[in-house]
Amino acid sequence: MSTQAIHSERIESETGKLGMWIFLFTELFLFGGLFLVYAVFRAKYSADFHTGAQELNTFIGTLNTVFLLVSSMTAAMSLTAIQKDKKNLAIFLLAMTILLAALFGMNKYFEWSHKFEFRLYPGSEVLKNLPHGELLFFGLYFMMTGLHAIHVLIGMILLSINIFKIKNGEVSSTHYLHLENSALYWHLVDLIWIFLFPLLYLIT
Amino acid sequence: MSNSDSGTYVSYLDYEGKHKGLMGWLLTTDHKRIGLMYLYCVIVFFFVAAIIGELMRIELIAPGETIMKPQTYNGMFTIHGIIMIFVIVIPALPAIFGNFFLPILIGAKDVAFPKLNLFSFYLYLIGAIFGVLSQFIGGGAPDTGWTFYVPYSAESSTNVIYALVAAFILGFSSILTGLNFIVTIHRMRAPGMGWFRMPLFPWSLYATAWIQVLATPIVGITLLMVIAERVLKIGFFDPALGGDPVLYQHLFWIYSHPAVYIMILPAMGIVTEIFPTFSQKPVFGYTAILFSSLAIAFIGYFVWGHHMFTAGISYGSRWFFSFLTFLVAIPSAVKVFNWVSTMYGGSIDLKPPLLFAIFFIFLFMIGGFTGLTLGSVATDIQVHDTAFVVAHFHYIIFGGMGFATFAGIHYWFPKMFGRMYNNTLAYTSSIVLFIGFNMLYFPQFILGIQGMPRRYFDYLPQFQTGQVISTIGGFILFAGLLIMVGNLMWHARRGVQAPANPWNGVTLEWQIPSPPPHENFDEIPEITHAPYLFGTGSDNKTI
Amino acid sequence: MIMKNGETHISSFASLGIVLTVLLALTTISVLVTGWHLGPFSVAIALIIASIKVRTVLTYFMHVKFENLFLKLMITGVFVLYALVIIITFIDYYLR
Repeated sequence: MSTQAIHSERIESETGKLGMWIFLFTELFLFGGLFLVYAVFRAKYSADFHTGAQELNTFIGTLNTVFLLVSSMTAAMSLTAIQKDKKNLAIFLLAMTILLAALFGMNKYFEWSHKFEFRLYPGSEVLKNLPHGELLFFGLYFMMTGLHAIHVLIGMILLSINIFKIKNGEVSSTHYLHLENSALYWHLVDLIWIFLFPLLYLIT
Repeated sequence: MSNSDSGTYVSYLDYEGKHKGLMGWLLTTDHKRIGLMYLYCVIVFFFVAAIIGELMRIELIAPGETIMKPQTYNGMFTIHGIIMIFVIVIPALPAIFGNFFLPILIGAKDVAFPKLNLFSFYLYLIGAIFGVLSQFIGGGAPDTGWTFYVPYSAESSTNVIYALVAAFILGFSSILTGLNFIVTIHRMRAPGMGWFRMPLFPWSLYATAWIQVLATPIVGITLLMVIAERVLKIGFFDPALGGDPVLYQHLFWIYSHPAVYIMILPAMGIVTEIFPTFSQKPVFGYTAILFSSLAIAFIGYFVWGHHMFTAGISYGSRWFFSFLTFLVAIPSAVKVFNWVSTMYGGSIDLKPPLLFAIFFIFLFMIGGFTGLTLGSVATDIQVHDTAFVVAHFHYIIFGGMGFATFAGIHYWFPKMFGRMYNNTLAYTSSIVLFIGFNMLYFPQFILGIQGMPRRYFDYLPQFQTGQVISTIGGFILFAGLLIMVGNLMWHARRGVQAPANPWNGVTLEWQIPSPPPHENFDEIPEITHAPYLFGTGSDNKTI
Repeated sequence: MIMKNGETHISSFASLGIVLTVLLALTTISVLVTGWHLGPFSVAIALIIASIKVRTVLTYFMHVKFENLFLKLMITGVFVLYALVIIITFIDYYLR
């Protein structure tokens, strides 16, 4: 890269993006700690994890995976749209992304409240009487999907801000760093779910 | 392009932007002002923790209860550890000198994200206040030690949650600082400053920043898990529920061992700047020092298990971690040889910064070699959790990182404040600190080998001689600190005006006026050669 | 997304659609394989498929394919580092 160009605006947006990437690395390691805990207990109690996973509804999990994958695409597409200066299309695609995220959240809500109905929550008597491996499986399930849900929520907020920014022209076909970074964040949320889904729902 | 001759300019200390007066500091995005704010906070919290340390020393002057109850003592060593580690030694060097000098050394006007920089300062402040508060509010001071080992930390009825939250927030602040520095180094270097023309302090900050970014999240999630353990009884670390306390130790040390390198790498970077300047000679083995920084950061990431030799980890992994621990000694030694070789044949000028840097090498060597004693499994089992460990890590953290900080502040003080300090007082304080430090910690090596456990408020009468020497050393050390801080604070305002380049240094910070102007450089410099070229004619004067 | 010639790469809508189709197909395979009861291999297969999906998302949705070498190296490095952490932890757990 030529050093003369260092102050040009494009380079500045590259700077912002590099910052975002490094932030995403820290997010990966944040979840990485939980995955490590998962790996250790999964190795120790594989039979119990097997039983625990059967309690989870694979259909809801798959549906949520589809929601997130499609929303990831619409987020990427909204970036393409803004680069091609199609503002309304970009806003529509962002709204789709947020809608799919909301559907994901709703599904998660029903899934959790279903578990709560059966008194399957951390610290409950029912959980304490389960075999240790299953107890840990559900602990991990709540901790991992809970932390992930917080990220979904933050992602939704970031994406909504972009809708306003596109409307008042702060995000445009020449200045789209904010949208690009929010989309990157949203893809990360998707990335983490791609690992969570088989580890929690498909290990039966 | 030296603008030091250009008579009038507005220094960053006098600059008035959008906000004036106190607000001009609290809302500043100037990396230099943020660096100074960190400096003041670190000094305040350092004295809080140092006084707690002194109180512990007074308690240990005689066997039995001297001035405090056992539970108070437990709270004291915990808070001493939490403040010293999370509030002072981990953030201090990147936050103070990194903020202040990284942009200047690479020829930039500021860091890549100035607002983020201010945000991480406030996160730091909030975290630090939480940490100190945990000592005083109801429930009692946390008594788990700074390591928060489960299962005790999940059960203790004290304010453990406050301390955990404090460490979490401080970790987040540290991540954001690291992120900022990586991007700054990648994107903001002056034209012509290729990677291998960058001075070595920025290089050490670069290696440090990667550890901050990639290790801190692990401890973040681990602390959250301990909170979940306490609040929700989630069971990850509770053997009664099938959990595994050793797993906590893994997770904790995956961060906290690399954190030791967050502390020491920038310290090594600072003395690497000092030796060439006061020897008036290019640094010996630029590439070797650079790659040893990266090697320390990389290998240092994988040695965490040596904290757990007695915790019941497998024989194979003890062998593995011990081997890697010995491996880290190689790049560390490479650095020491390079510093000594830099001085060899140079025209040495023993100014206070150099004296501190030489003390640094001496103390760091003792700390490093005793680290190998602890890194080999057989001897570790003998001295694990004794005063030997306490002496070892104080030699590394205080003798290493602490003395390097003192060297750095004496080196860059004229640049930061535009004034000179009193040399006689600086020499006095350095010698008093050196004597006090060794008296305080060296006896603890012997006590440890004799079997004095760490974290005990009481001991057998046979240990008293060592403990008394140690306590007297503590007072001498404290006196040295007061002389040093007094000298610096007094002369920050009233000292003689400092010239732009008092030490005849050649890196970029010495080419701009003291104190630096608001945006560092009138014109971004063009770099045409490697750093540390001394006395090769007029060439280096034109940087 | 600045390429070497200074141009910005814009992903086409069609290409993003194709990527989604691939991802959905991989998800289907992953769910179907679960039904085959392959024992310990089912986890391995699930993780391999997940890794392919993650790589696909990184490459196309996150535009890593069009990024500079530095960033590619960083991303690879981060995943390698994490893998090493897992392996080293298991040196302890598997040898106990």
